[in-house]
Amino acid sequence: MARPNLSGPIAVILLFVLWEGSVQAFGIREFLLPAPSVIASEAWTIRGAILNHTLATLQTVLLGFAAAVLISLPLAMAIASSPVISAAIYPLLVITQSIPKVALAPILIVALGANEVPRVIVTFLVAFFPLVVASVAGLLAAPPELIELGRACRAGRVQQMLRIRLPYAVPFVFGGLKVAAALSVVGAVVAEFVGADAGLGYLIQTSMAFFRTPLAFAAVVILALMGMTLFALVGLMERILFPWSSSSQTNIPAA
Amino acid sequence: MILLSGVGKTFRGRDGGRVEALSDITLRVAPGEFVAIVGASGCGKSTLLRLVAGLVPVSLGRVEVGGELVTEPRADTAMVFQAPTLLPWADVLRNVTFPLRLMGKATSRTEEDARALLAKAGLAGFETKLPRELSGGMQQRVAICRALLQQPRVLLMDEPFGALDALTREEMSIELLRIWAETGAAVLFVTHSISEAVLLADRVVVMSPRPGRIADIIEVGLPRPRDFAQEGTPQFHEAAQRIRALIYAKKEVAHGAA
Repeated sequence: MARPNLSGPIAVILLFVLWEGSVQAFGIREFLLPAPSVIASEAWTIRGAILNHTLATLQTVLLGFAAAVLISLPLAMAIASSPVISAAIYPLLVITQSIPKVALAPILIVALGANEVPRVIVTFLVAFFPLVVASVAGLLAAPPELIELGRACRAGRVQQMLRIRLPYAVPFVFGGLKVAAALSVVGAVVAEFVGADAGLGYLIQTSMAFFRTPLAFAAVVILALMGMTLFALVGLMERILFPWSSSSQTNIPAA
Repeated sequence: MILLSGVGKTFRGRDGGRVEALSDITLRVAPGEFVAIVGASGCGKSTLLRLVAGLVPVSLGRVEVGGELVTEPRADTAMVFQAPTLLPWADVLRNVTFPLRLMGKATSRTEEDARALLAKAGLAGFETKLPRELSGGMQQRVAICRALLQQPRVLLMDEPFGALDALTREEMSIELLRIWAETGAAVLFVTHSISEAVLLADRVVVMSPRPGRIADIIEVGLPRPRDFAQEGTPQFHEAAQRIRALIYAKKEVAHGAA
Protein backbone atom coordinates (compact mmCIF):
# COMPACT_ATOMS: atom_id res chain seq x y z
CA MET A 1 0.00 0.00 0.00
CA ALA A 2 1.44 3.35 -1.03
CA ARG A 3 1.61 6.17 1.49
CA PRO A 4 -1.49 8.37 1.17
CA ASN A 5 -0.66 11.62 -0.58
CA LEU A 6 -1.31 14.39 1.95
CA SER A 7 -0.18 17.38 -0.12
CA GLY A 8 -3.80 18.24 -1.11
CA PRO A 9 -5.22 18.57 2.43
CA ILE A 10 -2.06 20.34 3.61
CA ALA A 11 -2.40 22.94 0.82
CA VAL A 12 -6.03 23.61 1.80
CA ILE A 13 -5.12 24.00 5.50
CA LEU A 14 -2.25 26.35 4.60
CA LEU A 15 -4.61 28.45 2.48
CA PHE A 16 -7.03 28.84 5.42
CA VAL A 17 -4.19 29.70 7.79
CA LEU A 18 -2.92 32.33 5.35
CA TRP A 19 -6.45 33.69 4.96
CA GLU A 20 -7.04 33.94 8.71
CA GLY A 21 -3.59 35.50 9.27
CA SER A 22 -3.85 38.17 6.58
CA VAL A 23 -7.38 39.21 7.60
CA GLN A 24 -6.13 39.69 11.19
CA ALA A 25 -2.82 41.30 10.21
CA PHE A 26 -4.23 43.81 7.72
CA GLY A 27 -7.46 44.45 9.66
CA ILE A 28 -9.68 43.69 6.64
CA ARG A 29 -13.30 44.59 7.41
CA GLU A 30 -15.71 41.78 7.95
CA PHE A 31 -18.24 42.60 5.21
CA LEU A 32 -15.44 42.62 2.64
CA LEU A 33 -13.61 39.46 3.60
CA PRO A 34 -14.45 37.70 6.86
CA ALA A 35 -11.86 35.50 8.54
CA PRO A 36 -12.50 31.73 8.50
CA SER A 37 -12.97 31.78 12.29
CA VAL A 38 -15.71 34.42 11.98
CA ILE A 39 -17.41 32.47 9.19
CA ALA A 40 -17.41 29.32 11.31
CA SER A 41 -18.74 30.98 14.45
CA GLU A 42 -21.48 32.93 12.65
CA ALA A 43 -22.58 29.81 10.82
CA TRP A 44 -22.58 27.85 14.07
CA THR A 45 -24.99 30.27 15.74
CA ILE A 46 -27.68 29.57 13.14
CA ARG A 47 -26.67 25.96 12.44
CA GLY A 48 -30.27 24.70 12.40
CA ALA A 49 -31.28 27.09 9.65
CA ILE A 50 -28.12 26.35 7.69
CA LEU A 51 -28.82 22.64 7.88
CA ASN A 52 -32.29 23.23 6.45
CA HIS A 53 -30.90 25.36 3.63
CA THR A 54 -28.30 22.71 2.88
CA LEU A 55 -30.91 19.96 2.73
CA ALA A 56 -33.13 22.05 0.46
CA THR A 57 -30.25 22.58 -1.97
CA LEU A 58 -29.16 18.96 -1.74
CA GLN A 59 -32.67 17.85 -2.69
CA THR A 60 -32.64 20.05 -5.80
CA VAL A 61 -29.14 18.88 -6.70
CA LEU A 62 -29.98 15.19 -6.36
CA LEU A 63 -33.29 15.42 -8.23
CA GLY A 64 -31.68 17.39 -11.05
CA PHE A 65 -28.74 15.00 -11.21
CA ALA A 66 -31.05 11.98 -11.25
CA ALA A 67 -33.09 13.54 -14.06
CA ALA A 68 -29.88 14.20 -15.99
CA VAL A 69 -28.79 10.55 -15.64
CA LEU A 70 -32.20 9.11 -16.52
CA ILE A 71 -32.57 11.25 -19.64
CA SER A 72 -28.96 11.43 -20.83
CA LEU A 73 -28.22 7.72 -21.13
CA PRO A 74 -31.17 6.73 -23.37
CA LEU A 75 -30.63 9.94 -25.35
CA ALA A 76 -26.94 9.09 -25.83
CA MET A 77 -27.85 5.56 -26.96
CA ALA A 78 -30.32 6.96 -29.50
CA ILE A 79 -27.72 9.41 -30.81
CA ALA A 80 -25.00 6.77 -31.02
CA SER A 81 -27.21 4.21 -32.72
CA SER A 82 -28.12 6.26 -35.77
CA PRO A 83 -26.53 9.13 -37.72
CA VAL A 84 -30.03 10.34 -38.63
CA ILE A 85 -31.12 10.67 -34.98
CA SER A 86 -27.76 12.18 -34.15
CA ALA A 87 -28.11 14.82 -36.87
CA ALA A 88 -31.62 15.62 -35.63
CA ILE A 89 -30.90 15.83 -31.90
CA TYR A 90 -27.41 17.28 -31.64
CA PRO A 91 -28.29 20.81 -32.86
CA LEU A 92 -31.15 20.92 -30.32
CA LEU A 93 -28.73 19.90 -27.57
CA VAL A 94 -26.27 22.58 -28.56
CA ILE A 95 -29.09 25.16 -28.55
CA THR A 96 -30.17 24.20 -25.01
CA GLN A 97 -26.54 24.46 -24.01
CA SER A 98 -26.02 27.86 -25.61
CA ILE A 99 -28.89 29.48 -23.70
CA PRO A 100 -27.60 30.90 -20.40
CA LYS A 101 -29.49 29.07 -17.66
CA VAL A 102 -29.63 32.24 -15.58
CA ALA A 103 -31.68 33.76 -18.39
CA LEU A 104 -33.94 30.73 -18.59
CA ALA A 105 -34.61 30.38 -14.86
CA PRO A 106 -36.99 33.36 -14.40
CA ILE A 107 -38.98 32.34 -17.49
CA LEU A 108 -39.37 28.80 -16.16
CA ILE A 109 -40.42 30.06 -12.76
CA VAL A 110 -43.16 32.23 -14.26
CA ALA A 111 -44.32 29.35 -16.40
CA LEU A 112 -44.14 26.58 -13.79
CA GLY A 113 -44.61 28.44 -10.52
CA ALA A 114 -42.23 29.12 -7.67
CA ASN A 115 -41.73 25.55 -6.60
CA GLU A 116 -39.19 22.75 -6.86
CA VAL A 117 -39.99 21.83 -10.48
CA PRO A 118 -38.33 24.80 -12.28
CA ARG A 119 -35.29 24.52 -9.98
CA VAL A 120 -34.87 20.84 -10.82
CA ILE A 121 -35.27 21.60 -14.52
CA VAL A 122 -32.57 24.29 -14.41
CA THR A 123 -30.26 21.92 -12.51
CA PHE A 124 -30.95 19.22 -15.07
CA LEU A 125 -30.27 21.60 -17.97
CA VAL A 126 -26.91 22.58 -16.53
CA ALA A 127 -25.86 19.01 -15.73
CA PHE A 128 -27.09 16.84 -18.58
CA PHE A 129 -25.13 18.15 -21.57
CA PRO A 130 -21.62 17.00 -20.59
CA LEU A 131 -23.12 13.66 -19.60
CA VAL A 132 -24.74 13.19 -23.01
CA VAL A 133 -21.58 14.22 -24.83
CA ALA A 134 -19.37 11.93 -22.76
CA SER A 135 -21.77 9.00 -23.12
CA VAL A 136 -22.06 9.39 -26.88
CA ALA A 137 -18.28 9.56 -27.15
CA GLY A 138 -18.06 6.38 -25.06
CA LEU A 139 -20.67 4.52 -27.09
CA LEU A 140 -18.82 5.37 -30.28
CA ALA A 141 -15.40 4.57 -28.80
CA ALA A 142 -15.61 0.78 -29.08
CA PRO A 143 -12.83 -0.25 -31.51
CA PRO A 144 -14.13 -1.21 -34.97
CA GLU A 145 -12.57 -4.66 -34.55
CA LEU A 146 -14.66 -5.29 -31.43
CA ILE A 147 -17.77 -4.38 -33.41
CA GLU A 148 -16.57 -6.68 -36.21
CA LEU A 149 -16.16 -9.44 -33.64
CA GLY A 150 -19.77 -8.86 -32.64
CA ARG A 151 -20.90 -8.94 -36.26
CA ALA A 152 -18.83 -12.08 -36.91
CA CYS A 153 -20.76 -13.62 -33.98
CA ARG A 154 -23.97 -12.68 -35.77
CA ALA A 155 -24.92 -10.00 -33.25
CA GLY A 156 -27.59 -7.54 -34.43
CA ARG A 157 -27.46 -3.80 -33.82
CA VAL A 158 -29.31 -4.00 -30.51
CA GLN A 159 -27.02 -6.74 -29.24
CA GLN A 160 -23.96 -4.81 -30.39
CA MET A 161 -25.24 -1.81 -28.45
CA LEU A 162 -26.08 -3.66 -25.25
CA ARG A 163 -23.31 -6.27 -25.14
CA ILE A 164 -20.37 -4.31 -26.59
CA ARG A 165 -20.90 -0.56 -26.92
CA LEU A 166 -22.66 0.06 -23.62
CA PRO A 167 -20.16 -1.73 -21.37
CA TYR A 168 -17.33 -0.19 -23.37
CA ALA A 169 -18.77 3.28 -22.63
CA VAL A 170 -18.81 2.85 -18.84
CA PRO A 171 -15.53 4.69 -18.12
CA PHE A 172 -16.65 7.56 -20.39
CA VAL A 173 -20.09 7.69 -18.74
CA PHE A 174 -18.50 7.94 -15.31
CA GLY A 175 -16.25 10.74 -16.54
CA GLY A 176 -19.44 12.55 -17.60
CA LEU A 177 -21.18 11.70 -14.31
CA LYS A 178 -18.38 13.31 -12.33
CA VAL A 179 -18.69 16.55 -14.31
CA ALA A 180 -22.49 16.39 -14.08
CA ALA A 181 -22.38 15.90 -10.30
CA ALA A 182 -20.28 19.01 -9.82
CA LEU A 183 -22.40 21.01 -12.29
CA SER A 184 -25.65 19.97 -10.56
CA VAL A 185 -24.58 22.06 -7.57
CA VAL A 186 -23.97 25.04 -9.86
CA GLY A 187 -27.37 24.56 -11.50
CA ALA A 188 -29.23 24.33 -8.20
CA VAL A 189 -27.68 27.55 -6.90
CA VAL A 190 -28.43 29.41 -10.15
CA ALA A 191 -32.07 28.36 -9.82
CA GLU A 192 -32.19 29.37 -6.14
CA PHE A 193 -30.79 32.80 -6.94
CA VAL A 194 -33.78 33.43 -9.16
CA GLY A 195 -36.66 31.88 -7.30
CA ALA A 196 -36.51 30.11 -3.96
CA ASP A 197 -37.47 30.59 -0.32
CA ALA A 198 -34.87 28.18 0.99
CA GLY A 199 -31.52 26.74 -0.03
CA LEU A 200 -27.91 27.86 0.10
CA GLY A 201 -28.30 30.05 -3.01
CA TYR A 202 -31.21 31.79 -1.29
CA LEU A 203 -29.08 32.12 1.87
CA ILE A 204 -26.27 33.80 -0.08
CA GLN A 205 -28.67 36.33 -1.62
CA THR A 206 -30.46 37.24 1.62
CA SER A 207 -27.18 37.39 3.60
CA MET A 208 -25.57 39.74 1.12
CA ALA A 209 -28.67 41.95 1.10
CA PHE A 210 -27.98 42.57 4.80
CA PHE A 211 -24.16 42.62 4.47
CA ARG A 212 -23.90 39.43 6.49
CA THR A 213 -20.91 38.37 4.43
CA PRO A 214 -19.73 35.59 6.80
CA LEU A 215 -22.99 33.67 6.26
CA ALA A 216 -22.66 33.96 2.48
CA PHE A 217 -19.11 32.64 2.74
CA ALA A 218 -20.33 29.76 4.91
CA ALA A 219 -22.87 28.85 2.22
CA VAL A 220 -20.15 28.97 -0.45
CA VAL A 221 -17.93 26.66 1.58
CA ILE A 222 -20.78 24.19 2.10
CA LEU A 223 -21.55 24.26 -1.64
CA ALA A 224 -17.93 23.50 -2.46
CA LEU A 225 -17.97 20.60 0.00
CA MET A 226 -21.23 19.33 -1.50
CA GLY A 227 -19.77 19.34 -5.02
CA MET A 228 -16.59 17.62 -3.91
CA THR A 229 -18.51 14.97 -1.97
CA LEU A 230 -20.79 14.15 -4.91
CA PHE A 231 -17.77 13.98 -7.22
CA ALA A 232 -16.01 11.61 -4.82
CA LEU A 233 -19.16 9.47 -4.38
CA VAL A 234 -19.46 8.98 -8.14
CA GLY A 235 -15.81 7.91 -8.24
CA LEU A 236 -16.37 5.53 -5.33
CA MET A 237 -19.41 3.98 -7.03
CA GLU A 238 -17.34 3.42 -10.17
CA ARG A 239 -14.57 1.67 -8.27
CA ILE A 240 -17.05 -0.58 -6.46
CA LEU A 241 -19.38 -1.41 -9.38
CA PHE A 242 -16.90 -1.37 -12.29
CA PRO A 243 -13.42 -2.08 -10.90
CA TRP A 244 -12.11 -2.71 -14.43
CA SER A 245 -13.12 0.75 -15.62
CA SER A 246 -10.09 2.68 -16.83
CA SER A 247 -11.23 6.06 -15.52
CA SER A 248 -10.93 4.63 -11.99
CA GLN A 249 -7.79 2.73 -12.85
CA THR A 250 -5.22 2.71 -10.09
CA ASN A 251 -2.37 0.34 -9.41
CA ILE A 252 -3.25 -3.27 -10.03
CA PRO A 253 -1.71 -5.73 -7.62
CA ALA A 254 0.84 -7.79 -9.50
CA ALA A 255 -0.45 -11.12 -10.84
CA MET B 1 -14.11 -26.04 -47.47
CA ILE B 2 -13.56 -22.50 -48.69
CA LEU B 3 -14.14 -21.67 -52.32
CA LEU B 4 -13.54 -18.30 -53.92
CA SER B 5 -14.29 -18.10 -57.63
CA GLY B 6 -13.66 -14.99 -59.69
CA VAL B 7 -14.02 -12.77 -56.65
CA GLY B 8 -13.61 -9.02 -57.05
CA LYS B 9 -14.17 -6.22 -54.58
CA THR B 10 -14.56 -2.55 -55.39
CA PHE B 11 -14.88 0.12 -52.71
CA ARG B 12 -16.36 3.52 -53.28
CA GLY B 13 -13.75 6.07 -52.22
CA ARG B 14 -14.53 9.24 -50.25
CA ASP B 15 -14.22 11.34 -53.39
CA GLY B 16 -16.82 9.17 -55.13
CA GLY B 17 -14.20 7.38 -57.21
CA ARG B 18 -13.98 3.61 -57.27
CA VAL B 19 -11.07 1.72 -55.77
CA GLU B 20 -10.57 -1.83 -56.92
CA ALA B 21 -9.25 -3.69 -53.88
CA LEU B 22 -9.40 -7.24 -55.22
CA SER B 23 -9.64 -8.63 -58.70
CA ASP B 24 -10.27 -12.10 -60.05
CA ILE B 25 -9.41 -14.10 -56.93
CA THR B 26 -9.92 -17.81 -57.33
CA LEU B 27 -8.83 -20.07 -54.49
CA ARG B 28 -9.90 -23.39 -53.00
CA VAL B 29 -8.99 -24.36 -49.45
CA ALA B 30 -9.52 -27.98 -48.44
CA PRO B 31 -10.91 -28.99 -45.01
CA GLY B 32 -8.06 -29.03 -42.48
CA GLU B 33 -5.71 -27.18 -44.83
CA PHE B 34 -3.53 -24.30 -43.62
CA VAL B 35 -3.18 -21.56 -46.22
CA ALA B 36 -1.14 -18.42 -45.63
CA ILE B 37 -1.63 -15.19 -47.58
CA VAL B 38 1.36 -12.86 -47.94
CA GLY B 39 1.75 -9.65 -49.85
CA ALA B 40 2.70 -6.01 -49.51
CA SER B 41 0.57 -3.63 -47.46
CA GLY B 42 -2.57 -2.61 -49.28
CA CYS B 43 -2.82 -5.69 -51.46
CA GLY B 44 -6.27 -6.51 -50.09
CA LYS B 45 -5.28 -9.42 -47.83
CA SER B 46 -7.48 -8.27 -44.97
CA THR B 47 -10.36 -7.49 -47.31
CA LEU B 48 -10.10 -11.03 -48.65
CA LEU B 49 -10.53 -12.43 -45.12
CA ARG B 50 -13.50 -10.19 -44.45
CA LEU B 51 -15.18 -11.42 -47.62
CA VAL B 52 -14.79 -15.02 -46.47
CA ALA B 53 -16.00 -14.02 -42.99
CA GLY B 54 -19.16 -12.55 -44.52
CA LEU B 55 -18.43 -9.17 -42.94
CA VAL B 56 -18.08 -7.47 -46.33
CA PRO B 57 -20.11 -8.41 -49.44
CA VAL B 58 -18.34 -9.29 -52.69
CA SER B 59 -18.69 -7.06 -55.74
CA LEU B 60 -18.07 -9.85 -58.22
CA GLY B 61 -17.86 -13.63 -58.21
CA ARG B 62 -18.85 -15.89 -55.32
CA VAL B 63 -17.54 -17.01 -51.93
CA GLU B 64 -18.62 -20.39 -50.55
CA VAL B 65 -17.95 -22.04 -47.23
CA GLY B 66 -18.86 -25.71 -46.88
CA GLY B 67 -20.69 -25.55 -50.22
CA GLU B 68 -22.96 -22.69 -49.14
CA LEU B 69 -22.85 -19.17 -50.54
CA VAL B 70 -21.54 -16.72 -47.91
CA THR B 71 -23.95 -13.78 -47.54
CA GLU B 72 -23.56 -13.00 -43.83
CA PRO B 73 -21.26 -14.09 -40.96
CA ARG B 74 -21.51 -17.83 -40.31
CA ALA B 75 -21.56 -19.65 -36.99
CA ASP B 76 -18.91 -22.13 -38.20
CA THR B 77 -16.43 -19.38 -39.12
CA ALA B 78 -14.26 -17.72 -36.48
CA MET B 79 -11.90 -14.79 -36.81
CA VAL B 80 -8.73 -13.66 -35.00
CA PHE B 81 -7.69 -10.04 -35.46
CA GLN B 82 -4.29 -8.38 -35.29
CA ALA B 83 -5.21 -6.74 -31.99
CA PRO B 84 -6.51 -9.13 -29.31
CA THR B 85 -9.83 -7.18 -29.22
CA LEU B 86 -10.80 -8.54 -25.84
CA LEU B 87 -13.64 -7.09 -23.79
CA PRO B 88 -11.86 -4.96 -21.16
CA TRP B 89 -14.61 -5.54 -18.58
CA ALA B 90 -14.73 -9.32 -18.83
CA ASP B 91 -12.22 -11.76 -17.32
CA VAL B 92 -10.33 -14.26 -19.47
CA LEU B 93 -12.93 -17.02 -19.11
CA ARG B 94 -15.85 -14.76 -20.00
CA ASN B 95 -13.89 -13.35 -22.94
CA VAL B 96 -13.31 -16.82 -24.31
CA THR B 97 -16.96 -17.81 -23.94
CA PHE B 98 -18.27 -14.45 -25.24
CA PRO B 99 -18.99 -15.50 -28.86
CA LEU B 100 -20.91 -18.59 -27.79
CA ARG B 101 -22.87 -16.61 -25.22
CA LEU B 102 -23.56 -13.91 -27.81
CA MET B 103 -24.84 -16.50 -30.28
CA GLY B 104 -26.92 -18.19 -27.58
CA LYS B 105 -24.94 -21.40 -28.09
CA ALA B 106 -23.36 -21.63 -24.63
CA THR B 107 -24.15 -24.88 -22.84
CA SER B 108 -23.28 -26.32 -19.46
CA ARG B 109 -20.11 -27.72 -21.02
CA THR B 110 -18.91 -24.42 -22.49
CA GLU B 111 -17.08 -23.27 -19.40
CA GLU B 112 -15.40 -26.63 -18.93
CA ASP B 113 -14.30 -26.68 -22.58
CA ALA B 114 -13.00 -23.13 -22.24
CA ARG B 115 -10.92 -24.05 -19.20
CA ALA B 116 -9.44 -27.05 -21.02
CA LEU B 117 -8.60 -24.93 -24.06
CA LEU B 118 -6.99 -22.22 -21.92
CA ALA B 119 -4.92 -24.85 -20.15
CA LYS B 120 -3.77 -26.17 -23.53
CA ALA B 121 -2.70 -22.62 -24.46
CA GLY B 122 -0.70 -22.28 -21.25
CA LEU B 123 -3.23 -19.99 -19.59
CA ALA B 124 -4.34 -22.22 -16.71
CA GLY B 125 -4.67 -20.11 -13.58
CA PHE B 126 -5.43 -16.92 -15.52
CA GLU B 127 -9.18 -17.55 -15.97
CA THR B 128 -10.26 -14.76 -13.64
CA LYS B 129 -7.70 -12.18 -14.75
CA LEU B 130 -8.76 -9.10 -16.66
CA PRO B 131 -7.21 -8.52 -20.12
CA ARG B 132 -5.16 -5.53 -18.94
CA GLU B 133 -3.46 -7.74 -16.37
CA LEU B 134 -2.03 -9.93 -19.19
CA SER B 135 0.91 -9.38 -21.54
CA GLY B 136 0.27 -8.80 -25.24
CA GLY B 137 1.18 -12.38 -26.11
CA MET B 138 -1.16 -13.79 -23.47
CA GLN B 139 -3.97 -11.53 -24.64
CA GLN B 140 -3.57 -12.83 -28.18
CA ARG B 141 -3.60 -16.40 -26.86
CA VAL B 142 -6.93 -15.62 -25.22
CA ALA B 143 -8.21 -14.27 -28.55
CA ILE B 144 -7.11 -17.48 -30.31
CA CYS B 145 -8.78 -19.61 -27.64
CA ARG B 146 -11.93 -17.53 -28.08
CA ALA B 147 -11.96 -18.36 -31.79
CA LEU B 148 -11.18 -22.06 -31.26
CA LEU B 149 -13.88 -22.53 -28.62
CA GLN B 150 -16.46 -21.94 -31.35
CA GLN B 151 -15.13 -25.17 -32.93
CA PRO B 152 -14.98 -23.40 -36.29
CA ARG B 153 -14.64 -25.32 -39.52
CA VAL B 154 -13.03 -22.18 -40.95
CA LEU B 155 -10.52 -20.14 -38.96
CA LEU B 156 -9.61 -16.72 -40.36
CA MET B 157 -6.53 -15.07 -38.91
CA ASP B 158 -5.64 -11.48 -39.81
CA GLU B 159 -1.95 -10.99 -38.88
CA PRO B 160 -2.64 -12.45 -35.44
CA PHE B 161 1.01 -12.19 -34.37
CA GLY B 162 1.68 -8.87 -36.10
CA ALA B 163 1.68 -6.84 -32.89
CA LEU B 164 3.88 -9.22 -30.92
CA ASP B 165 7.63 -9.15 -30.42
CA ALA B 166 9.74 -11.52 -32.52
CA LEU B 167 10.39 -14.09 -29.77
CA THR B 168 6.77 -14.31 -28.64
CA ARG B 169 5.79 -14.57 -32.28
CA GLU B 170 7.94 -17.66 -32.95
CA GLU B 171 6.79 -19.35 -29.78
CA MET B 172 3.13 -18.68 -30.56
CA SER B 173 3.31 -19.91 -34.14
CA ILE B 174 4.50 -23.36 -33.05
CA GLU B 175 1.84 -23.39 -30.33
CA LEU B 176 -0.81 -22.46 -32.87
CA LEU B 177 0.21 -25.39 -35.07
CA ARG B 178 0.05 -27.76 -32.12
CA ILE B 179 -3.47 -26.68 -31.13
CA TRP B 180 -4.73 -26.36 -34.71
CA ALA B 181 -3.59 -29.90 -35.54
CA GLU B 182 -6.25 -31.23 -33.13
CA THR B 183 -9.09 -29.15 -34.57
CA GLY B 184 -8.99 -29.96 -38.27
CA ALA B 185 -10.17 -26.47 -39.17
CA ALA B 186 -9.33 -24.92 -42.52
CA VAL B 187 -7.16 -21.87 -41.86
CA LEU B 188 -6.65 -18.71 -43.86
CA PHE B 189 -3.74 -16.88 -42.26
CA VAL B 190 -2.76 -13.37 -43.37
CA THR B 191 0.80 -12.32 -42.54
CA HIS B 192 3.60 -9.94 -43.54
CA SER B 193 6.26 -12.44 -42.60
CA ILE B 194 7.50 -14.76 -45.31
CA SER B 195 9.22 -17.13 -42.89
CA GLU B 196 6.11 -17.28 -40.71
CA ALA B 197 4.01 -18.15 -43.78
CA VAL B 198 6.40 -20.94 -44.83
CA LEU B 199 6.71 -22.34 -41.31
CA LEU B 200 2.94 -22.51 -40.79
CA ALA B 201 1.26 -23.17 -44.09
CA ASP B 202 0.66 -26.03 -46.49
CA ARG B 203 0.35 -23.51 -49.29
CA VAL B 204 1.30 -19.84 -49.45
CA VAL B 205 -0.79 -17.47 -51.57
CA VAL B 206 1.37 -14.57 -52.76
CA MET B 207 -0.62 -11.47 -53.62
CA SER B 208 0.30 -8.45 -55.71
CA PRO B 209 -1.20 -5.03 -55.03
CA ARG B 210 -3.47 -2.54 -56.85
CA PRO B 211 -5.72 -4.29 -57.48
CA GLY B 212 -5.06 -7.24 -55.20
CA ARG B 213 -4.53 -10.35 -57.30
CA ILE B 214 -3.06 -13.76 -56.67
CA ALA B 215 0.48 -13.63 -58.11
CA ASP B 216 1.14 -17.30 -57.46
CA ILE B 217 0.49 -20.10 -55.00
CA ILE B 218 3.53 -21.87 -53.53
CA GLU B 219 3.32 -25.43 -52.18
CA VAL B 220 5.50 -25.64 -49.09
CA GLY B 221 5.75 -29.42 -48.84
CA LEU B 222 7.54 -29.56 -45.49
CA PRO B 223 6.44 -32.51 -43.35
CA ARG B 224 4.28 -31.98 -40.26
CA PRO B 225 4.58 -31.57 -37.33
CA ARG B 226 6.65 -28.50 -38.07
CA ASP B 227 9.38 -27.05 -35.87
CA PHE B 228 12.10 -24.43 -36.08
CA ALA B 229 14.70 -26.98 -37.19
CA GLN B 230 12.95 -27.04 -40.56
CA GLU B 231 13.86 -23.39 -41.08
CA GLY B 232 17.38 -24.66 -41.87
CA THR B 233 16.27 -27.06 -44.60
CA PRO B 234 16.77 -26.39 -48.34
CA GLN B 235 13.03 -26.86 -48.90
CA PHE B 236 12.27 -24.02 -46.48
CA HIS B 237 14.76 -21.71 -48.15
CA GLU B 238 13.58 -22.54 -51.61
CA ALA B 239 9.95 -21.79 -50.75
CA ALA B 240 10.92 -18.55 -48.97
CA GLN B 241 13.08 -17.49 -51.93
CA ARG B 242 10.31 -18.08 -54.45
CA ILE B 243 7.86 -16.03 -52.38
CA ARG B 244 10.40 -13.23 -51.94
CA ALA B 245 11.11 -13.20 -55.68
CA LEU B 246 7.38 -12.97 -56.47
CA ILE B 247 6.83 -10.08 -54.06
CA TYR B 248 9.85 -8.03 -55.11
CA ALA B 249 9.56 -8.76 -58.83
CA LYS B 250 6.07 -7.31 -58.77
CA LYS B 251 7.34 -4.27 -56.92
CA GLU B 252 10.01 -3.58 -59.53
CA VAL B 253 7.51 -3.84 -62.34
CA ALA B 254 5.25 -1.41 -60.52
CA HIS B 255 8.13 1.02 -59.99
CA GLY B 256 9.18 0.72 -63.60
CA ALA B 257 5.68 1.52 -64.79
CA ALA B 258 5.45 4.51 -62.50
